[in-house]
Amino acid sequence: MSESIEETEGTATAVADGIQELVEREYQYGFTTDLDTEVVPKGLDEDVVRLISEKKGEPEWLLEWRLAAFRHFTTLTEPTWPNVHHPPIDYQDMSYYAAPKAKGPAPKSLDEVDPEVREMFDKLGISLAEQERLSGVAVDAVVDSVSVATTFKAKLAEVGVIFCSFSDAVRDHPDLVRKYLGTVVPFRDNYFAALNSAVFSDGSFCFIPKGVKCPMELSTYFRINAAETGQFERTLIVAEEGASVSYLEGCTAPMRDENQLHAAVVELIAFDDAQIKYSTVQNWYPGDVEGNGGIYNFVTKRGRCAGARSKISWTQVETGSAITWKYPSVVLQGDDSVGEFYSVAVTNNLQQADTGTKMIHIGKNTTSTIVSKGISAGRAQNTYRGLVKVLRTATGARNHTQCDSLLIGSDCGAHTFPYIEVRNDSAQVEHEASTSKVSDDQLFYCRQRGLSEEDATSMIVNGFCREVFDELPMEFAVEAQALMRVSLEGSVG
Amino acid sequence: MLTIRDLHASIDGREILRGLDLEIAPGEVHAVMGPNGAGKSTLTQVLAGREGYEVSGEVTYKGQDLLAMAPEDRAAAGVFLAFQYPVEIPGVGNMQFIRESANAVRRARGDDELDARGFLQLARQKMAELEMDPSLLTRSVNAGFSGGEKKRNEVLQMAIFEPSLVLLDETDSGLDIDALRLVAQGVQKMRSPERSMLVITHYPRLLEHVVPDVVHVLSGGRIVRSGDASLARELEAKGYQPGADRATEADALAAVAAS
Repeated sequence: MSESIEETEGTATAVADGIQELVEREYQYGFTTDLDTEVVPKGLDEDVVRLISEKKGEPEWLLEWRLAAFRHFTTLTEPTWPNVHHPPIDYQDMSYYAAPKAKGPAPKSLDEVDPEVREMFDKLGISLAEQERLSGVAVDAVVDSVSVATTFKAKLAEVGVIFCSFSDAVRDHPDLVRKYLGTVVPFRDNYFAALNSAVFSDGSFCFIPKGVKCPMELSTYFRINAAETGQFERTLIVAEEGASVSYLEGCTAPMRDENQLHAAVVELIAFDDAQIKYSTVQNWYPGDVEGNGGIYNFVTKRGRCAGARSKISWTQVETGSAITWKYPSVVLQGDDSVGEFYSVAVTNNLQQADTGTKMIHIGKNTTSTIVSKGISAGRAQNTYRGLVKVLRTATGARNHTQCDSLLIGSDCGAHTFPYIEVRNDSAQVEHEASTSKVSDDQLFYCRQRGLSEEDATSMIVNGFCREVFDELPMEFAVEAQALMRVSLEGSVG
Repeated sequence: MLTIRDLHASIDGREILRGLDLEIAPGEVHAVMGPNGAGKSTLTQVLAGREGYEVSGEVTYKGQDLLAMAPEDRAAAGVFLAFQYPVEIPGVGNMQFIRESANAVRRARGDDELDARGFLQLARQKMAELEMDPSLLTRSVNAGFSGGEKKRNEVLQMAIFEPSLVLLDETDSGLDIDALRLVAQGVQKMRSPERSMLVITHYPRLLEHVVPDVVHVLSGGRIVRSGDASLARELEAKGYQPGADRATEADALAAVAAS
């Protein structure tokens, strides 16, 4: 018997113990914190765009970019092709900027961060102070429209890694921001990208210089707190030649009866031999059992493998949001570059998800892997939509897509829309798909061994997602499994 | 330990058990034999709490009304069913599955849970006795296991759970001679004055290794005859032919029952 079994068991135990601690809870992030918040009046026009830019003290070029985006936005109409249904969104009936009011000058260290803000993050299980001391994960904490704290900045700076809020990046590293902003997701890309580009308020910026392996995981934690506001953040990650970074993103929101819009943009750029691993556990408030409230999560995420042998990997676990509309994509420009997409999307009650990826093969011998696991329960609708596009230049391109759906109960739906466009004869594109149900035989077997029906379902579903969870960093894997259980609560029996 | 009175069970309007009576005292091993379709597997499924059957009658287990309990509560109370067809659960590690379920049962009983190290030691020891490949612990539950590996995995769980009432549903079917010997030894080792067993089998060969206290013939949903271990040999001698068609088998059994 090899030692590896003990190690595996150690991991399994840690995961199991983690689950024990985290299980059996409703949406536990649904509280509101009574922060003194500055909210701009509802409505969207050029003045609002100017106001946001002014509040952030932005340079002229950025204001111009925002205004160009806004003018373009006004020429567009909301897309109707996603397989989701919701009442029309009134873009004038929400506020585009909300910020916890600064009490005095900006905090220079964590000790100066508003105690109420710190308390809120403690309650979310993300103690900023503890993160700083113990965990070895650098966190950028974003509340509503602004970043409130970034940990480990100094330590990262020693190796040349820049990790800060987007606003700080605009102020401290304007050349880098200007060079890369909008180069992967231009504001003309789509309706929500244009909206985000016009009104984005904050987000995270990270830059890993040539040859540097980022010494710790970087993480952004997004929290919507204020009511009747949209959240529009941007994340920009640049990995220079030979650099590598693993980045985590988590998000929660209070329970509210009205829907709130979250329209983010994430841009990743990897140069020669660089690697970016981007993991998301998305746990926005999904609405109640009857489908009241919840976040509309309309997000554009894209990575560009600009350099040869570069690699970009997206791993996402989507349990929250009333509606999710999101396709983390990779443009495989450099020869021998690699794109990966591992996804678990869970929908329960009246949640709707239309999610998937795009892999655009441009360079030679580019490789992409797509593993998508969709789980539907209650009356939810879960759609996988994926595009694999091989351009004429992409000689030797390869893609493997595996797309599995699991149904719990008989009132939910799973849909798969794979789009494949191949313009180079040497390309190999494989697509596998399956749909299955949690079987009575499996449930009975587990229950005969003493597991409750909910424990059994959770175990079977987690097993179904194994290939994706294995891609997540350890602590996220624990959280993801627990979340999965919570979001499926009440879906059986 | 277990008292069954006038047990009826139907599925989709078809009555399978038709007034079955059975009494098993602590420490006893009872074998139930009979032709295909006699209701042998239905009996174990109903005792373990499988949903989908319409059930009437009385089943008392350690003084409790067994039929009123959920399957997991029956498991916690010490009822263990070794499945005829163990179920595959892709992506769920065998070790995680066995440990979590064993601990669910131990919690319910008020016993201490097995920690990772303690569990692994126990599992390795039991696996060695069953000559199981240790790598089966790290694979998904029953996924890709051979028939013999699946059955041994059931016996492994039985050994770890230490149940009070063991239901073996054709645990011997599909096993070669060596595997049968190992499985039978595993079962035989579990015999104790506090533990009762109900062994469903189609073949007498398992009973050469696990000699029962009582043998019952189940036919047409009822126990039609009971006797000691010699009844199993008699059944064999009188031409109880596995694989023979049902009418012939039933005739043979009826002949035995009448003799």
